[in-house]
Amino acid sequence: MHFTLHIWRQECAQAKGHFATYEIDGISPDCSFLEMLDQLNEHLVGDRIAHPVCFDNDCREGICGMCGLYINGRPHGNDEGVTTCQLHMRRFSDGDEIWVEPWRAKAFPVVRDLVVDRSAFDAIIQAGGYVSATTGGVPDANTILIAKHKADQAMDAAQCIGCGACVAACKNASAMLFVGAKVSHLALLPQGRVEAADRVRKMVCKMDELGFGSCTNTYACEAECPKQIKRQNIARLNRQWIAQLLGRDRNE
Amino acid sequence: MILDSKIPEGPLGEKWTRYKASQRLVNPANKRKLDIIVVGTGLAGASAAASLGALGFHVDVFCIQDSPRRAHSIAAQGGINAAKNYQNDGDSVERLFRDTLKGGDYRAREANVYRLAEVSGGIIDQCVAQGVPFARDYGGLLANRSFGGAQVSRTFYARGQTGQQLLLGAYGALSREIARGTVSLHTRREMMDLVVVDGRARGIIVRNLVSGELERYAAHAVVVATGGYGNVYYLSTNAMNSNGSAAWVCHRRGAAFANPCYVQIHPTCIPVHGDYQSKLTLMSESLRNDGRIWVPKRKEDAEAIRAGRLKPCDIAEDDRDYYLERRYPAFGNLVPRDVASRAAKERCDAGYGVGSTGLAVYLDFASAIERLGREVIEERYGNLFQMYKKIVDDDPYQTPMMIYPAVHYTMGGLWVDYELQTTIPGLFAAGEANFSDHGANRLGASALMQGLADGYFVLPYTLQNYLADQIYVGKVKAEGPEFDEAEASVRQRLDDLMAISRNPGDSGESGNSGHSVDHYHKALGCIMWEHCGMARSKESLATAKQEIARLEAEFRQGVYIPGKVSEMNPELEKAYRLADYFELAHLIVADAEQREESCGGHFRVEHQTEDGETQRDDEHFMFVAAWEYQGKGQPELLHKEPLNYEHVKIGRRNYK
Repeated sequence: MHFTLHIWRQECAQAKGHFATYEIDGISPDCSFLEMLDQLNEHLVGDRIAHPVCFDNDCREGICGMCGLYINGRPHGNDEGVTTCQLHMRRFSDGDEIWVEPWRAKAFPVVRDLVVDRSAFDAIIQAGGYVSATTGGVPDANTILIAKHKADQAMDAAQCIGCGACVAACKNASAMLFVGAKVSHLALLPQGRVEAADRVRKMVCKMDELGFGSCTNTYACEAECPKQIKRQNIARLNRQWIAQLLGRDRNE
Repeated sequence: MILDSKIPEGPLGEKWTRYKASQRLVNPANKRKLDIIVVGTGLAGASAAASLGALGFHVDVFCIQDSPRRAHSIAAQGGINAAKNYQNDGDSVERLFRDTLKGGDYRAREANVYRLAEVSGGIIDQCVAQGVPFARDYGGLLANRSFGGAQVSRTFYARGQTGQQLLLGAYGALSREIARGTVSLHTRREMMDLVVVDGRARGIIVRNLVSGELERYAAHAVVVATGGYGNVYYLSTNAMNSNGSAAWVCHRRGAAFANPCYVQIHPTCIPVHGDYQSKLTLMSESLRNDGRIWVPKRKEDAEAIRAGRLKPCDIAEDDRDYYLERRYPAFGNLVPRDVASRAAKERCDAGYGVGSTGLAVYLDFASAIERLGREVIEERYGNLFQMYKKIVDDDPYQTPMMIYPAVHYTMGGLWVDYELQTTIPGLFAAGEANFSDHGANRLGASALMQGLADGYFVLPYTLQNYLADQIYVGKVKAEGPEFDEAEASVRQRLDDLMAISRNPGDSGESGNSGHSVDHYHKALGCIMWEHCGMARSKESLATAKQEIARLEAEFRQGVYIPGKVSEMNPELEKAYRLADYFELAHLIVADAEQREESCGGHFRVEHQTEDGETQRDDEHFMFVAAWEYQGKGQPELLHKEPLNYEHVKIGRRNYK
């Protein structure tokens, strides 16, 4: 397969970026998008054309959340429920022009080329996205009974990989789906209830402080989430937020 | 070099209790004055840093990714073992201990393995308290599944994303400590050297992967939890950035490296499909609970499938060879990984392989779907099936999956004693980075168990024992001749690599005409897979040695690395990791050469039984091979730590 690639190049955070155009040929439809970029880099390095394109990637099986490219105007490209590393070239047509950009959000500044800084997500989790369970001195696992459907719902929310596609997809660069997923995961479980009110308050305040935008309920985040995290998590987040405002520690 | 395993006195079941009762402690007010460096934020690193921070120590934690949550533990799928016996099916600490020891083909230390089994239950309690959403039954109790090498159901799981959920639990605990200020987080930093002062580990040199600058950090003790070295094979199930360099620089500084030839080849991975491929994807071992592995009974059927004339569903039930069930009736599809991998290779080598390359076997869910219904299978393995479908473009609910073995885990690693301390005082190694608990083969769902056992329940005790008298040392500063020397040597290494690109090439003066790093890495991977992979012989290892040396010379002469040291430069990162892989590859081969027996993942074709099983030589090889670095290009020195089995009667590993 042959492609014309327009790739965002930016030397560092302070530098001005631009699109560079490269042609690439002989790509197998079975290869992943990142493997296609590997071949482009091999070409750029091997033929001494340019500095290879920097892009974040690690596990290449859709779970680490490291990769994330804005491909033809969509986070992680045009397939449903996949990360960029799981997007295969068979999803494109021979001869396609492909535009590749980094995540665009104030809270995710560009580091180089397609690499962005997502440490804001770590900061939100540090604000309270955990259960304060110090190592040791906890009860036997089976003393905490959890209804299966609750555990399943918590797991649905906990699947978030923190890639940032929700923020990139949102016109306001809001992190509500990311925060909602963590708040829901823990609020649905008895272990997380004790700190629920405090958690939601701290996480939301941190989110606002870091420059993420507000949610206007367009649900682009849900549509583009590679783990298909549901918008109900945003509703739960709002409910938790209001409950703590009213001074109640209610859950559902 | 003296290898003192420091195994406590007393009966096996009391050793850990006695250790804890008599070890030295650090008073709470002094803890914050003691600094610990933890390198790596996978299960072992994150859990250790979080637990040590919670105790009150000051911890500096480092990872190469942009966030600690990305470490490759996140990709572990199937589950975590623990001897809870919630299923009332005959499990116990003793049973888990024996299964693990036998699974490792009796090449692990009794006392370490027993401790692992002993603390396993506590891990589940800890994770549940953190809010890890393990699978549950309708009554609200925790559910279990089975894994290879066991006849009980002791594996706890969170769909096919157990590693992710456990790591996010540890990451949460770590985040809490970062917020409390006990842990300082340093992301996008790669450990480049260990600093040893007066014989003790006192700090590290790291490279900032964004700016390319070198930075120094000092501490009273250093923990290396940087995973395994499977990527020496280029294609493996490891993440792209997983590498062996942090452990290797410790080895260069004097830490013994143990059992490097014990490499686990996982039987159920998606087969290789092209030379552009960057990694292999694992399909969880848990699939073998319900999936049945087979190839056609007749060669002509296999040939027809390879040519595309037949489909798997065209092969009648009676014409299928469920070779694991045939060869190992007692364990069937749930034999340990090394056994399942060799059996797949045996069938494919004999001409019964399927897929376009002939290097694949079927993993079939038809009978499970018929028995349990599609919904149950979907709930158990939904995300794995989806992953397979996306990669292969084939629906595993309709046609059987195709799988083939791939490099997955390294049992070898830094030699550690009972306290997880290496041969350098003050340097500890945890998780896959150490060699300690899995012998010559790791059982499924035991890596998560070991990583978290080391981090949550072993290091917080043993590190304290080491640190107890370090309060007299005062604050350790990142200065002095040792830090200067370490930093200068790293600088030199990087400059030497960059200088290769300026070598005159065949065609002109403006730089060499060599290839990119990946070109050499792929070639190294091929050599290792061909000659030091699933089957090894005296001849193949001799070939490997020569080929590695030849390739390394070519790399040192011709590799082309663009850009500068002082900038974000992924090609340079790959280059210095590969430079270490060459040394590591030499050591793997040397270790495989000296071990004139077959055990677990190490299969020497000269040493097999009549029916093709591993043949151990307990009389001559019941030892841990610990290697001492002797300088660049020098053969390493072998030290032997004898393995004494006082508690169990060792026997032949039999899964029939």
